[in-house]
Amino acid sequence: MVLSLLSAAAGAAHAAVPSWAMLAYLVSGVLFILALRGLSSPATSRAGNRYGMLGMTIAVGTTLVTHEVASLPEIIGALAIGGGIGFIIARRIAMTDMPQLVAAFHSLVGLAAVLVGWAAYLNPEAFGIADVVAQAVPHASNIIALGSNSSDPAAMTKVFEESLRMAQLKAEAPAPAIMLQSCIELGLGIAIGAITFSGSVIAFLKLAGKMGGAPILLPGRHVINLGTLLAILGLVAYFTQDQSLWVIGLITVLSFAIGFLLIIPIGGADMPVVVSMLNSYSGWAAAAMGFTLHNTAMIITGALVGSSGAILSYIMCKAMNRGFLAVIAGGFGAAPEAGGSGAPKEQRPWKRGSAEDAAFLLKEAENVIIIPGYGMAVSQAQHALREMGDVLKKEGVSVKYAIHPVAGRMPGHMNVLLAEANVPYDDVFELEDINAEFGQCDVAFIIGANDVVNPAAKSDKSSPIYGMPVFDVDKAKTVMFIKRSMGGVGYSGVDNDVFYMDQTMMLLADAKKMVEDIVKSLQH
Amino acid sequence: MDFISILSIFVMACFVGYYVVWSVTPALHTPLMAVTNAISSVIVVGALIASAASGLGEAAGISKWLGLGAVVLASINIFGGFAVTARMLAMYKKKEKK
Repeated sequence: MVLSLLSAAAGAAHAAVPSWAMLAYLVSGVLFILALRGLSSPATSRAGNRYGMLGMTIAVGTTLVTHEVASLPEIIGALAIGGGIGFIIARRIAMTDMPQLVAAFHSLVGLAAVLVGWAAYLNPEAFGIADVVAQAVPHASNIIALGSNSSDPAAMTKVFEESLRMAQLKAEAPAPAIMLQSCIELGLGIAIGAITFSGSVIAFLKLAGKMGGAPILLPGRHVINLGTLLAILGLVAYFTQDQSLWVIGLITVLSFAIGFLLIIPIGGADMPVVVSMLNSYSGWAAAAMGFTLHNTAMIITGALVGSSGAILSYIMCKAMNRGFLAVIAGGFGAAPEAGGSGAPKEQRPWKRGSAEDAAFLLKEAENVIIIPGYGMAVSQAQHALREMGDVLKKEGVSVKYAIHPVAGRMPGHMNVLLAEANVPYDDVFELEDINAEFGQCDVAFIIGANDVVNPAAKSDKSSPIYGMPVFDVDKAKTVMFIKRSMGGVGYSGVDNDVFYMDQTMMLLADAKKMVEDIVKSLQH
Repeated sequence: MDFISILSIFVMACFVGYYVVWSVTPALHTPLMAVTNAISSVIVVGALIASAASGLGEAAGISKWLGLGAVVLASINIFGGFAVTARMLAMYKKKEKK
């Protein structure tokens, strides 16, 4: 009953959108699907990106054509300013900075959603969500109530004055009533947008190193977070009854706060999950706005982006063998686990190698598997690494790259860096495709990775990374481990048995410098 | 369009998204994030509606400026997102020729 009433009202309000425009929005939605579909292989990906651009052009064009534009220059100016900034950023950004760029972009989508939500709240008529009936009723009933209470002339004058005041109020009305259903959509859209914004800002600061990567833990944070979330939901429900400024204001403020609170306890290496999750949120925010505007392009896109981010978060969590909730709860790596690696830490012997030693062994090898990690990104060693690969290939060595799903700070981070350095993507393998090959591998060359090769994940149940799929580098004949020093351990804070194996050679230096030295020795 | 039709589109699109995204090769997950970022800026449609409106009164005026602000933010994302995706994908291209 309620639903059919709502839909009747909605139908009436949206009758203004011509059907060809609805078709155009549908077409742009389909083009966005094709954009993602194109990414199934590098060969089709560029066509996919063009579909995406076309879809966006159609969506923007349709909106401008079907709405009476009060002042086109302002809009074109806004598009040009934003477009110019975006274009320059996209041109200048270093590939290693991609995770923070993506986080920054997410924050913009979130903030845009909040602004659009507020704009719709302040001018519901323009968005076709004003409830014409409800708007008139309270005013009329107010006046009638006043009039029926008494019949003396003073009261009548009051009624007259009241109706005048109402008319005045209406002329400068801050917000005519909004339809019930739209209230919920709007409230949720603003809330998700605000969470996306503040969450992404924190993620950006952490990824860009402008804020410590270590988790910040507030006492009782779970209670605070849960309470805030419930308060937001309660306010969204209340918003349907009372559309005062303070309600929507409080929804916005609380959502900004919760986005901030949710991300600060999450540490640096869990960022792939966070970035994917925020990606997902930005989609849901767009979808919520699409519901408000009854716009198919926005709904389809929101659903696509929302599921995309959710799937990426899932893949990342699985690759760390951690529950999504555990990651979101945060605090991983904050304090070394008491169980750690059992026995009190004794000084175990390890071997240090030089670039010359490494070059000699690499030249003699038949199969080399390179495992890059975040450290490679930090020292920008990808170009030097590719050079090393090229030299080795000339010597007849088979060189492969093995990439763990959570290597780096965002999904696919390592792949992009290797692609930037012109590593052929046929040489790049995923964990499950290459892990069986370590038995026949002469040299496992680990550069800037640590936890993803830690055998404790397979054997030590007390280890915080237990159960995480890792590379079986311990099966390789020789392991070369490029690391800045013996002091630091991986993000998880767990010691790595690989350091102390007989076949392991520790190459202690900056990754880029070490690889360059190895290349020099190889060429002699 | 009534609510049920819209909801149907939404649910179907979630399923389409699910299958399409699983078919994306992991090597392209970073471009995937960049391009989803760009397309989620389709929220610019809402921003344009707000900025196009010639509402009377103070509230509508504020609404318009909020809309214009959102247009700026969304277009940073649209142009930046597609451009950076194109840049990344071009790097995957060079290897095909070899």
